[in-house]
Amino acid sequence: MALLEVENLQTHFRTPDGVNRAVDGVSFAIEAGQTLAVVGESGCGKSVTAMSILRLIPEPPGKIAGSVRFKGRELLTLPEKEMRKIRGGDIAMIFQEPMTSLNPVLTVGKQIAETVRLHEGLGRRAANARALEMLELAGISEPRRRLKDYPHQLSGGMRQRVMIAIALACSPQLLVADEPTTALDVTIQAQILALMQDLKQRVGAAIMLITHDLGVVAEVAEHVIVLYAGKKVEEAPVKELFRNPKHPYTRGLLGAVPKLGSSLTGADVRLAEIPGLVPDLRERITGCVFAERCGLATPICRSVAPALEAKTPNHLASCHHAERQELAA
Amino acid sequence: MSRPLLQVSDLKKHYALSGGILGRAKTVYAVDGISFDIARGETLALVGESGCGKSTVGKAVLRLFDITAGQIVLDGKRIDDLSDASLRPLRRRLQVVFQDPFSSLNPRQSVREAIAEPLRNFGLASSRTELNKKVGEVLDRVKLPRDAARRLPHEFSGGQRQRVGIARALAPSPDLIICDEAVSALDVSVKAQIVNLLKDLQNELGLALLFISHDLAVVENISHRIAVMYLGKIVEIGSRRQIFAAPRHPYTQALLSAVPIPEPGVRRDRIILRGDLPSPINPPSGCRFHTRCPYVFDRCRKEEPELRVLESGHQAACHL
Repeated sequence: MALLEVENLQTHFRTPDGVNRAVDGVSFAIEAGQTLAVVGESGCGKSVTAMSILRLIPEPPGKIAGSVRFKGRELLTLPEKEMRKIRGGDIAMIFQEPMTSLNPVLTVGKQIAETVRLHEGLGRRAANARALEMLELAGISEPRRRLKDYPHQLSGGMRQRVMIAIALACSPQLLVADEPTTALDVTIQAQILALMQDLKQRVGAAIMLITHDLGVVAEVAEHVIVLYAGKKVEEAPVKELFRNPKHPYTRGLLGAVPKLGSSLTGADVRLAEIPGLVPDLRERITGCVFAERCGLATPICRSVAPALEAKTPNHLASCHHAERQELAA
Repeated sequence: MSRPLLQVSDLKKHYALSGGILGRAKTVYAVDGISFDIARGETLALVGESGCGKSTVGKAVLRLFDITAGQIVLDGKRIDDLSDASLRPLRRRLQVVFQDPFSSLNPRQSVREAIAEPLRNFGLASSRTELNKKVGEVLDRVKLPRDAARRLPHEFSGGQRQRVGIARALAPSPDLIICDEAVSALDVSVKAQIVNLLKDLQNELGLALLFISHDLAVVENISHRIAVMYLGKIVEIGSRRQIFAAPRHPYTQALLSAVPIPEPGVRRDRIILRGDLPSPINPPSGCRFHTRCPYVFDRCRKEEPELRVLESGHQAACHL
């Protein structure tokens, strides 16, 4: 049994202009201790997937269907009271902008201590000791002094370290990280990624990493799913996905990323473009969600949605022409 | 060699902070003595982390504020000391594209109006017909459909809006466009479209670009030369090949090594810098990078290194 099993997750939002199918039938699993990357562009449903797992979607206007099982236990039907024990306890989260997830009027130490007191029932002294220990673990210099700091006194990188300290304070089994380094400078991003890798090994948590940055994916993930327009279009172990992408969208994404050092070959490299735009999710899409932007699309793509099938063991893709484009490449 | 289009020498921009509780005035050394030039049709990138002063340089060149010291020379004419009135006709030649086109476009102004405004402003169209013709031409250039002219900014996606922003900058036929994080907010596939568009426009029109960005992979793709900034100073400047093949300043090396490479399993010797960027209010003594530099030695703490020429066109400011 996997640690987290998501099956046919559908998160739809009612809007004045119709139903927005933000996540439309996504399934995946995360094994204990594994790092799974969820990749895609804005509006592909990656954040909504994470929020749905944690049941952070307001209902209405949202509506979550399908199944999310954590260690075999169904989360979608759990009473809110039980769910609150899981959030921040067994499943912790970090978001892109730490300033909006930290409480501006509480000291950093208090915010960490609060979490462990709530989830582990520690006394004040023990909780404060844990807070100090977590700040040290998160690599914050002068941790004792920082305990008394407020979030606004910290730099962006330090705030994200504090978020990580809070998230890992209760030794979660799953850490959901939604674009954790996107707002940070590269040198700080390198620090935070190294920290996450290091802590993951010590705490043994699985990580669900949501990102649009394929460089980050290549660096930290073991397994990858690619989302497009609310659907999973490809899934594979990280090396396999980068060496042997099967869906035209994944290929497009990989071609569109500028690569460091590419100019050194001498030739001026032109980036591959994916023409067009992400489809409007309020309209029912018949056929393949990517057909409108796909260079390989044929009439069948516009009428029949391709099934997500194993093209090779361990490698799923939903494309009518996955074999054809491999021949082409 | 012909005269460079833009020459910036020893540019400084300091801000006075009115004091805190103790009332002591402090100074932010946002840009502290930098020099570079840009040739016609060339792209110079300014890279560095947030707070290094790269955007301030862009705004100084646009003369969005008065500079503290230094000189800015456009096509042989000094512009930093011009009055607003005498600067006005020159503004046509310097245009800008910002990161977030949504906040730089007027939400109630149609795309046609947004593009027509600079044309009218500089008296570049004598009749309505001519104006419409020019707006149409600019839309073609940025590959937007002509019927986009009638629509409002909110009707467009991020990438299309950035095309509108570029169209507006392009309308008065400038010599230099300052792109301040112009592609940073865009999704991967759209970013590639806009980077390619900027390169095409440069080739077609002979535009010079001052490309301000923190994204080194994009910078490598688009630029001819690169200047690396740290705390208000240029620490290294050189051609694309010099910077990416043989970076000499430890900061440039660390910056490049920190960029995640989209190739799993490729392990690199990463230089992880400790700590954060120090404050530009009280920059470190000596070399400004010494607090984070892995190779720091005594002299770095005391003496500020000057930019030294390493080979033609390649300069770095490091004692090593």
